[in-house]
Amino acid sequence: MKQAAWLIGVLALLLVADLALRRVLSPYLLQIVVLCGINVVLAVSLNLINGFTGQFSIGHAGFMALGAYGSAMFSLHLGAGWVSKLQGLGLPQPIAAAPALLMALLVGGLLAALAGYLVGLPSLRLRGDYLAIVTLGFGEIIRVLILNIDVIGGARGLPGIPGWANVFWVGVGVAAVLAVARNLAHSSHGRALFAIRDDEVAAEALGVDTTSYKVLAFVIGAFFAGVAGGLFAHFLSYLNPNSFTFIKSIEVIAMVVLGGMGSISGSVLAAIVLTLLPELLRPVKEYRMVIYSLMLIVLMITRPQGLLGTREITLSWLRRRRAVREAA
Amino acid sequence: MSEFLQQLVNGVTWGSVYALIALGYTMVYGILRLINFAHGDVYMLGAFFGLYAARWMGAARDPNIAQALAVLAIAMAGCGVVGYVIERFAYKPVRRSSRLAALITAIGVSLLLENGGILLFGADPKFFPQIIAPKNLALGGGVTISNQQIIILVVSLGLMLGLRFIVLNTRVGKAMRAVSHSHTAAALMGISVDRIISFTFVLGSVLAAAAGVLVALQNPKIEPLMGIMPGLKAFVAAVLGGIGNIPGAVLGGLVMGIAEVMVVGYLSPTYRDAIAFVLLIVILLVRPAGILGKATAEKV
Repeated sequence: MKQAAWLIGVLALLLVADLALRRVLSPYLLQIVVLCGINVVLAVSLNLINGFTGQFSIGHAGFMALGAYGSAMFSLHLGAGWVSKLQGLGLPQPIAAAPALLMALLVGGLLAALAGYLVGLPSLRLRGDYLAIVTLGFGEIIRVLILNIDVIGGARGLPGIPGWANVFWVGVGVAAVLAVARNLAHSSHGRALFAIRDDEVAAEALGVDTTSYKVLAFVIGAFFAGVAGGLFAHFLSYLNPNSFTFIKSIEVIAMVVLGGMGSISGSVLAAIVLTLLPELLRPVKEYRMVIYSLMLIVLMITRPQGLLGTREITLSWLRRRRAVREAA
Repeated sequence: MSEFLQQLVNGVTWGSVYALIALGYTMVYGILRLINFAHGDVYMLGAFFGLYAARWMGAARDPNIAQALAVLAIAMAGCGVVGYVIERFAYKPVRRSSRLAALITAIGVSLLLENGGILLFGADPKFFPQIIAPKNLALGGGVTISNQQIIILVVSLGLMLGLRFIVLNTRVGKAMRAVSHSHTAAALMGISVDRIISFTFVLGSVLAAAAGVLVALQNPKIEPLMGIMPGLKAFVAAVLGGIGNIPGAVLGGLVMGIAEVMVVGYLSPTYRDAIAFVLLIVILLVRPAGILGKATAEKV
């Protein structure tokens, strides 16, 4: 009952936010808001793999690419038909598009999750840096394959994807990944993941089934990366293999590390900061990326545990802070 | 057959360049357990230092070996300094933090060198002057080799032998091996760990610079982002051979160079960038520590 109330409340809030932001913000600002949301989904999903379980994955862009192309292909070949049929029945476009978009995101997410399973399997044998390099290799292989498959546009890119995603849908994605991550962190499964991160050998000795948990983390993380990719595809209406290079994976890792490994609110905060930062630096455009990289280095030197460490910003934490301040 | 031999010659040439870069990765990893993502960008800087040295000396007007060697030496010295500065100001402060923080720092340095390079040199490709007049030699059986390829092979072989001598036969090499075994124990034996780490970075950067100049001889188009792909692949080569293992890096580089050239020759050039990673995944699944690497048991 309480959960249903939460669900309805969040959806209503997102709907209002969507309608309001569309009137208030310019298309450029709206796009930044949406990109922030997509990056939040990516960062939190990678945090499930890197931050919760301590497995170093540096191929997140590969999962995102699979989700993006998978969901785009679904929409182009099936989803668009559904939508026009529903619209033929007299439903308005945003409502008619909802089931198709939801299905497309699911298809993209599942495709990425399957890949996550395949990448997670070698983690039975590989640890630490070796696993990292396998994930890197996987991401690059996906990119090269996309470049070489002509049906999905190859190097030219894939245009004409229906632009169904908006602030509302990105908000739904963010809410979903946050709910899953939060519930996971507070469950016994989450404790098992943290135990693997802190000391894998000890966790195994205590009877934690480390292999299946590691694969699980990869599957869930990859699923949401795929969803983020699907949102990205349906927002921009155009995909290009160059959006999913090694650099994209690095950006997401930077968000996770900057926010603090294992801190969900940290990932959210860092994703927003690192999405806004390059935009804010646009006026000094030649120096933009130089400043960005310098800030990354300085932040790592001064705060290697990330902005929040493993702490979380929660409502009760904020309330306690205020209580302390008022008492003082 | 002659086509296969020709591909093999090209593959070994490319492979020796990968091997030179991979040596830097493997040495730094062996000592610090750090994937130095900026290493590929040091290779790029090597090519640019070579370019400016060659222009400054006017080496293209009257190509000769002495000037080419001087260009190489200047690039190597320049990158040695860069390697020292990177280690001192970016990596040293995070050495006691988590390995992830160190890795992000390395990524930050890599982005800094790339974007700083775009700022300084411009984003458009520059042409490396011909400091050696190109010439083709027939090896018989329809196989040819260019004098540039010979130079690449000779110089990289010489550098690898030099490195082998330093690591195995000198005091500083012995100290490097000790530090890679255990920082604490090495420090207790009176080895200045900081100095050895700096030395390792300088050595790796010098080799990467040489690779940069050698590649620029053969492919004269150089640009600030040219280091990303070769850097990644050289790193993969180091992992392939068994990271932290010097002969492994050379072997991995050669395997990778040959595999890549064969794929371009017999399959399709578009799959060139994927083969390295496919090879990597296959080898790691069979031998998780790399071809020459030793499996280490994890302790509680």
